[in-house]
Amino acid sequence: MSTLLEVSGVSVSFDGFKAINNLTFQIGEAEMRAVIGPNGAGKTTFMDIVTGKTRPDEGRVLWGEKSQSLLSMSESQIAQAGVGRKFQRPTVFEDQTVAENLMLALKKKRSPFAVLNFRASRADQERVEELAGEIGLVAALARKAGELSHGQKQWLEIGMLLAQEPRLLLVDEPAAGMTPAEREHTTEILVEAAKTRAVVVVEHDMEFVRRLDCKVTVLHEGSVLAEGSIDHVTSNEAVIEVYLGR
Amino acid sequence: MTNVALDTAPARKPTFLLVNNPSVLIFLACLALFTLGVTVLAEGFGIGVVSTSFVKTLGKTLCLCLVALAMDLVWGYCGILSLGHMAFFGIGGYAIGMWLMYARTEIIVVQSLSAAPLPPTAQEISDGIAAQIFGVVGASEFPPIWAVAHSLPLQLAAVVLVPGLLALVFGWLAFRSRVTGVYLSILTQAMTLALSLYLFQNDSGLRGNNGLSGLQNLPGLGDVPQSTVSIWFFWASALALGLGYLLCVWVVSGKFGSVVRAIRDDESRVRFLGYPVEAYKLFIFTLTAVIAGIAGALYYPQAGIINPAEIAPIASIYLAVWVAIGGRGRLYGAVIGAAFVSLLSTYFTGGQAPDINLGFYTIQWVNWWTVLLGLSFVVVTLFAPKGLGGLFDFIASKRSPSRHGADLGPDAGALREKEAET
Repeated sequence: MSTLLEVSGVSVSFDGFKAINNLTFQIGEAEMRAVIGPNGAGKTTFMDIVTGKTRPDEGRVLWGEKSQSLLSMSESQIAQAGVGRKFQRPTVFEDQTVAENLMLALKKKRSPFAVLNFRASRADQERVEELAGEIGLVAALARKAGELSHGQKQWLEIGMLLAQEPRLLLVDEPAAGMTPAEREHTTEILVEAAKTRAVVVVEHDMEFVRRLDCKVTVLHEGSVLAEGSIDHVTSNEAVIEVYLGR
Repeated sequence: MTNVALDTAPARKPTFLLVNNPSVLIFLACLALFTLGVTVLAEGFGIGVVSTSFVKTLGKTLCLCLVALAMDLVWGYCGILSLGHMAFFGIGGYAIGMWLMYARTEIIVVQSLSAAPLPPTAQEISDGIAAQIFGVVGASEFPPIWAVAHSLPLQLAAVVLVPGLLALVFGWLAFRSRVTGVYLSILTQAMTLALSLYLFQNDSGLRGNNGLSGLQNLPGLGDVPQSTVSIWFFWASALALGLGYLLCVWVVSGKFGSVVRAIRDDESRVRFLGYPVEAYKLFIFTLTAVIAGIAGALYYPQAGIINPAEIAPIASIYLAVWVAIGGRGRLYGAVIGAAFVSLLSTYFTGGQAPDINLGFYTIQWVNWWTVLLGLSFVVVTLFAPKGLGGLFDFIASKRSPSRHGADLGPDAGALREKEAET
């Protein structure tokens, strides 16, 4: 399996505090990976680096077959290259309808002039409806996203991610604030997505991670502490000490 | 996969511009009726009930509505609180003013020189015009920026190009450095202040604090009475407002508008969707600067005079106040706000409003109007954030339900919203 994203030797510090310390991380083209770690382990900073929000002090972030460096690209260029991100708090455009939110995310040309002349074709409309079906929001297509419940917003954001058709999905705590039934549905969507693309899930909830049934990377103080199956890492002495043993 | 509600397919809406925006037709109909009404009542072609100076006031108001549209686009839709758009308005006015002044002075100079025994040379005519225009600031030569003042097409191009280029360069520098929010407002204000202070200088090439005057007289049309000219400009202003409104509607409806509003609400999220946010902002900033320039070019021939005080920062702040009172984020709101407030302002500061004698103090509206305007701005911001335009929502009772403290999930006993915020 070829490598899609390769992060090697990356460090970043904020005012002397090393948020990421010589981090190395790889993920293949169709792989699910869970990233766990205590608060302050650098999980969100890791996502910030990959998506271009934070520039690392040193290290390399290489992308795709051509091993393109993501460090010289802007956030929007990285997103266009195929990195999609879901934030911890659901960030949908509350003033716009569910359909508009999905249409915004749909993989299309992003330049102002292309968008100015954009007309949604029948296929686009159908794709939006299909996505809405996947996330259970067909009935809410014409409603404003701000009127949705917290869990529905989470789903809408997942739907927007899928609409982007990214090759790498970075998902930050997708199940936060969801009911058990909603969590199950979220798991299904993520597992389905990981069949065709790389998915990185940052999560606190071990039960949720266990259900994803994938390789787990444990972060601690900005670097990788352990990597392997969930049973492997949960039986690791160091992991138990810093994370589970408390 | 558990599909909650696949069976209820949504109704498809037609994607035509005007069908989706019924307010556009209503607006254009109102504008057309207003134009017709004023034409019939004015002195130029109608029965003469409305005075020429009032027609000019109405025409100027339409131009202010147009620049308010631009402000609404850049602030209400894109979230860039520019406090410098009246600078672009002023530049448009100066650009057309240069030609008006040059061409009219040329006619006068040629006439006066024709009495001389020898026919005047081109140089003599040029010197004569320069002496006429710049005598007031102690100069007698044309500054370089007047190079194309003799040509109407080139000065008309300048009306569009100079504000557009200034906005493009300024916006590129500001947006590229990710200057946002109040810092951007301060930056735009600094821009308009710097421009205004520069133009106040006598050697700025635009007659310093005298500004350009006599702009109401159209060169070569000296025989046409002002009552007719005023109606021409009134029509042109109404046409520009109508076209500007259609342009703005086209920009803000559809996917482009969706992106722009998304930038206003959560800029970094839009970046992570892959949209080059800076390019969008630059597009809107430049487009609105051009609209402001055109509005200015129509305004100042009706005002008759332009001077650097017109582009002082306070003018741009007034512009923001109009849009806020009218209701930002909706185009007709900006038009209503600009028309309502600027007409009231004309009434109160024009000395027509009767003073109110309270016995111990006399309220003079010329002074107290600004206080009243400031107060109403505060009241609108606090109690009616949607502005006057929000009244239409109220009438249509399209108020969206407040969802604070609602259940987070469909299941009974789900977390409530407030708890999930942490």
